[in-house]
Amino acid sequence: MPQALEGSQAIARAVALCRPQVVSAYPITPQTHIVENIAKLVADGQLECEYVSVESEHSAASVVLGAAAAGSRAYTASASQGILLMSEVLYDISGLRVPMVLTCANRALSGPISIWNDQSDSMAVRDAGWIQLYCTSNQEAVDTHIQAFRIAQETELPVMVCMDGFTLTHTMEPLDLPTQEEVDAFLPPFRFDRMLDPQAPVSIGTMVGPEAYSELRYANHHDLLGAADNILRANADWAEASGRDWGGLLRTSGPAEARIGLLGLGSLIGTLQDAALAHPELPPTRIMALRAFRPFPIEALQAACEGLDELVVIERAFSPGFGAIVAAEVRAALSELPQAPRVHAVAVGLGGRDIGLSLYPRLIEVAHGEHAERFRILDLDPERLPQELRA
Amino acid sequence: MTAETISLAELRKHQPRFTGLSPGHRACQGCGELLAARLVTEAAGPDVVVANSTGCLEVTTTSWPDSAWRVPWLHSLFENGAAIASGMEAALKAQGRASKVLAFAGDGGTFDIGFQALSGMIERGHNVLFVCYDNEAYMNTGVQRSGSTPVGAATTTSPAGKERLGKRHLKKDILSIIAAHHMPYAATATVAYPADLRHKVRRAIEVEGPTFLLVHSPCPQGWGHDGSRTVEVARLGVQSGLVPLIELERGAVTGVMPIRELRPVADYLKAQARFRHLFADTAEAARELQHLQALAEHNIERYGLSAPGPEPRDTEGADTVRRGGQHWA
Amino acid sequence: MIEVRIHGRGGQGNVAASYLLAGTAIDQGWHALAFPAFGAERRGAPVAAFVRMDRSPFSRRDQIAHPDYLIVQDEALLHDAATLAGLKPGGGVLVNSPRTPTELGLDVKAYSLPANALAEKHLGRPVPNTALLAAFITLTGLLPLEALSHELGQRFKGAVLDKNRTLIAAAAEAVEADIWNQEVAHAAGA
Repeated sequence: MPQALEGSQAIARAVALCRPQVVSAYPITPQTHIVENIAKLVADGQLECEYVSVESEHSAASVVLGAAAAGSRAYTASASQGILLMSEVLYDISGLRVPMVLTCANRALSGPISIWNDQSDSMAVRDAGWIQLYCTSNQEAVDTHIQAFRIAQETELPVMVCMDGFTLTHTMEPLDLPTQEEVDAFLPPFRFDRMLDPQAPVSIGTMVGPEAYSELRYANHHDLLGAADNILRANADWAEASGRDWGGLLRTSGPAEARIGLLGLGSLIGTLQDAALAHPELPPTRIMALRAFRPFPIEALQAACEGLDELVVIERAFSPGFGAIVAAEVRAALSELPQAPRVHAVAVGLGGRDIGLSLYPRLIEVAHGEHAERFRILDLDPERLPQELRA
Repeated sequence: MTAETISLAELRKHQPRFTGLSPGHRACQGCGELLAARLVTEAAGPDVVVANSTGCLEVTTTSWPDSAWRVPWLHSLFENGAAIASGMEAALKAQGRASKVLAFAGDGGTFDIGFQALSGMIERGHNVLFVCYDNEAYMNTGVQRSGSTPVGAATTTSPAGKERLGKRHLKKDILSIIAAHHMPYAATATVAYPADLRHKVRRAIEVEGPTFLLVHSPCPQGWGHDGSRTVEVARLGVQSGLVPLIELERGAVTGVMPIRELRPVADYLKAQARFRHLFADTAEAARELQHLQALAEHNIERYGLSAPGPEPRDTEGADTVRRGGQHWA
Repeated sequence: MIEVRIHGRGGQGNVAASYLLAGTAIDQGWHALAFPAFGAERRGAPVAAFVRMDRSPFSRRDQIAHPDYLIVQDEALLHDAATLAGLKPGGGVLVNSPRTPTELGLDVKAYSLPANALAEKHLGRPVPNTALLAAFITLTGLLPLEALSHELGQRFKGAVLDKNRTLIAAAAEAVEADIWNQEVAHAAGA
């Protein structure tokens, strides 16, 4: 029975249903409502956990690392500058193979300062060794958080659940929250085999010399690639329990005869879907929601692009001095195919600029361009550019 | 089996020492920090979980796949020891487990880069004993100055030269900062008085809440003295007044180790090459020596360190060797 | 689909108004989405909040550029071109003001409600949002007043809840019912 909930509120409840024993966070817009809601659940006795209000994001990530290593299910949330500040710890957590879940309420990075939504924060730490899952809606975010706790402890890899700040976190919509029984049936009690215990002492985080480092890093890479199976299974099992299937690694919609693909991550997918319906006069499109960015689903992407002539990748971040981030990886994945679509890369909605239905016809235009679009920020306003940049 | 009554003294004679940190690590000969860590883990016993910040201690004791630690131990990063410990403590509390959490850090991980996390940990009241092994510089990376380096000491980033006499700034008054946090118990100790150190460790562990222990730990390499003189140099520091041994409860000084045999700071400084430039025949050097003497006298007055009577030499080490090494007296 | 845009200054409960409207609609079986667009400043800064509602589910999450209705919680914002921008032809504007639309210089379909005074009288504070919502749903006939009253019960309790319920009854009384529901029929069918 769906109830009207603000995204952040629903996430807080979903996390609480997963019975974390330690939650630690430092406030940063637009994650604040999530951690405030969790604090309220604790204060009202609805969630029994140790809630540690730390003095910085670096410490938030460190607290959950210490807690998980000591054998407790742990959770934190952050965004933007907080993700950057804790990035050192994020690399350490995955390197040490300690499981936990973190919500990234996607927000642009300073400088200049922006509190609004884009995905430059989670993209900045794409190499931190975490599983990264992107949610297109608040319902998907609720379900994905629950799946994330299971994926993390199965793989002994930390999971970052990405959801667009404000667009999802601060939106109220009808949402279905599972019951405690449903979550308990899906998520086994937390277990970490290397748990710190005086009865069986181990040392975690020792120095590793050149003679052993490569092998340890390869093992992590191998296991992160293998996490694709855990992601698929968690999605399938939860789909059976809840009736909601989010596609596992990648989800496509649109008619089979479509020759143009539109690929994106996060909340813009919903707007693209309604835009396609609003433009029956334009050629049909295959809309692809990339759910798992790490591990990058190379095979699934290759299969999903079957039959496409054009693929427009719509980025919510970019790499200054080069251009595309997601499209660069998409191009690499598709280059293995004998018959691959032309890949176009555009970025939109940087720093929270609204992504309207009017974007859709422009994406079709890009797809029909004479040359493959290497990279372009599609929604630049020429009036706001200095004269010399108005090409 | 029949019951047998045994006196505590007799029991302690036969009781093996707990080895939390075993030999076979890679620290320098005479390393004060490793000596301190051995003493601390011995006194703390096996029912602990350790969070160790980056520095000499973790680098020299762990080299995958080997580890000298016999207690559960985690090393994460440089600045987050107190935050890691906070998380461990929260987890143990949530799980209803009684093991004590210890945080180990050098002066860098306490005074400087680790300070924020330490302050937060104390403010939140976590039940953790934070031990700072203070060798007064970033030793593991090559003897660079830290906030703990005493004024006038030469380090690689505060060298003595034509224009400079070593570090220009005072050693950060960590004791005042710690006192201002009003934690239940905090103390300073040194490797020169191991019985005192063990006593303070046991005292701190019994406290339910944040506690802090600063252990002054000479570094032969960084301070410029022979490894065999570590304990002697540490003792001179205490006897000069530059290294006050005090106990704080909720910010108030409740205990001090009095200096029975007062020594001029020059005796302490002369024993270390890092202060060698202060003995040059210049007015500036003489002035800096006077400055350090004044700092020592200020400590003595401030903490009430002077007291008459014989020097209570800590003979526990020598007694132990005489008894055969592996048992308590 | 009906698109409502709410304009006000920070502190006037603009976002709360959007959540209340959406919450009420969801309770009545609509699919609805409510979300804000605001700057980093807190009290006093111009805030816009959006509510999109439809009998069938929809997926778009973009801001409302062409509202069917505007609710303007602070009449001073009428001086800002962005406030009225994009209003659909025939769209309605509900303004918090003791002055008439003519006096306010509005040449679109508009209605005024002295919401501050009403709120002052019943709540003791000039927070206009619940009064304006009650007026809005009465004018449009979109949702029953009892549904709004029930939704208020999700967010408030005790004396504050009772006062708000009295307030919304008074606000509903103060406007003409269903005179904008022609637009509703048009918009829902569009």
